[in-house]
Amino acid sequence: MTRFFSITKNIHEWLFDLMPEGLARVVEMILIAVVYLLIFSVAGLYLVLLERRVAAWFQLRIGPNRVGFQGLLQTMADALKLVSKELTGTERADKFLYNLAPYFVIISSLMALSVFPFTKDFQAFDINIGLLFLIAISSIGVIGILLGGWSSNNKFALIGAMRSGVQTISYELSVGLSLLTMVLLAGSLQLSEIVEVQKGGWLIVQGHIPAFIAFMVYMIAGTAETNRAPFDLVEAESELGAGFHTEYSGMKFAYFFLAEFINMFIIAAIATTVFFGAWLSPFGITESIPILGVLWFLGKTLILVFLMMWFRWTFPRLRIDQLLTLEWKYLLPINLVNIVFMAIVVLLKITI
Amino acid sequence: MSYFSDIYGGIKTLLTGMSVTGKYFLTSRKGAITQQYPDNRESLKMFERFRGEVVMPHDENNEHQCTGCQKCEIACPNGSIEIIWDRGIDEATGKKKKKIDKHIYHLGMCTMCGLCIEACPTDAIVWAQNFENSVYDRTKLTKVLNQPGSKVKAGIED
Repeated sequence: MTRFFSITKNIHEWLFDLMPEGLARVVEMILIAVVYLLIFSVAGLYLVLLERRVAAWFQLRIGPNRVGFQGLLQTMADALKLVSKELTGTERADKFLYNLAPYFVIISSLMALSVFPFTKDFQAFDINIGLLFLIAISSIGVIGILLGGWSSNNKFALIGAMRSGVQTISYELSVGLSLLTMVLLAGSLQLSEIVEVQKGGWLIVQGHIPAFIAFMVYMIAGTAETNRAPFDLVEAESELGAGFHTEYSGMKFAYFFLAEFINMFIIAAIATTVFFGAWLSPFGITESIPILGVLWFLGKTLILVFLMMWFRWTFPRLRIDQLLTLEWKYLLPINLVNIVFMAIVVLLKITI
Repeated sequence: MSYFSDIYGGIKTLLTGMSVTGKYFLTSRKGAITQQYPDNRESLKMFERFRGEVVMPHDENNEHQCTGCQKCEIACPNGSIEIIWDRGIDEATGKKKKKIDKHIYHLGMCTMCGLCIEACPTDAIVWAQNFENSVYDRTKLTKVLNQPGSKVKAGIED
């Protein structure tokens, strides 16, 4: 770990020697952005593969296992195919917005990645309003979906996009409030601070009952945020073709697809950071080697991603009115009561 | 109070559903229903009820059970079965008796409805479990089910 970070430190010093400070800072930011982009586009592809294999196992199938060892190169081949495909569009589509939409979606999901504390000191952007930033960024993605649906001049796409708007605006509340419940306990919005608080015990243990309720609400609302089944009304294959990305092809479609999986990773990573102590190991067993924190972080995130896949392949799709009933009549009141409950718990200091 | 029982019921059914799929997930490695077909061509056995094509089983004495009653021919909705029959003298009784000359089956026309097999009173024709039926020449799909020189098994008509 010390060696890894001394490399970044050396690059940092070398850049600042080479050019004026302002320029060096910009170059550094671009370098970090490129590194993140490379890591997470590959990670996104492997999440797609994981989803396909896990889905197959849930349905007693085998899944893709032909391309490369156990199908490891399958999604690479798919991406290659998508890159080489023609980009088609509808006649009389709003060309500018139509082309802009996929970038909106993918950029907003990649931006959110910058604030996660993958391990001690391995965090691209540690701002003091980290959690607020995450909630804000994750709701920007829906603009891309709305633009895509609106501009592609297709009724199904428009219906899908509008549903996405309804869904995201509703479930945004539950995500925000359940995270706010945990902020009451942690006492900070800064992600590195939240991790620091959890050194004594993960927040889900510290906050016991209200934290667990908040976690459940968060996972349900988070799944809805990413527009995944059982909340995939946005794409609803049986009703809307492919929903908002019906008219997209090739790489633009791939951006939407990749963004969905990166969003899933983000939702799981937020849960890992806020509820399960980010890179902290259970009982501090690898406290002395912080580089292993990356593995702990990714391990916990993948378990939560698996949980999301588990309910995706278990439950059927909700109807739009059931979706809104679930949010406004159940999750939101539960959440509001829970936040008061948590406040009492914190006030009386009956945390563990 | 149905509000709270709804929440309880929701969580309970959630967990029930997830335990079912969880069990599938854990057993899928052994119980996968996917056949990796061209790889396991030798070992792949179709299940008993699979309808591959109609065949007429013959025993070791080259005897089949078809009496030539033509019920299958009548039952077939699109004329896939043609029976060419004749009358011959039965050695045992010395009477004239109907016997098949050729039981012709057009696989190319068959819709695998199974009505002929249901109609057969002596179980002379049954389903086979083979499935690789493609050929390059259409005439190869017209098959004669009874083997040359075969005769009906004694006592099948009683």
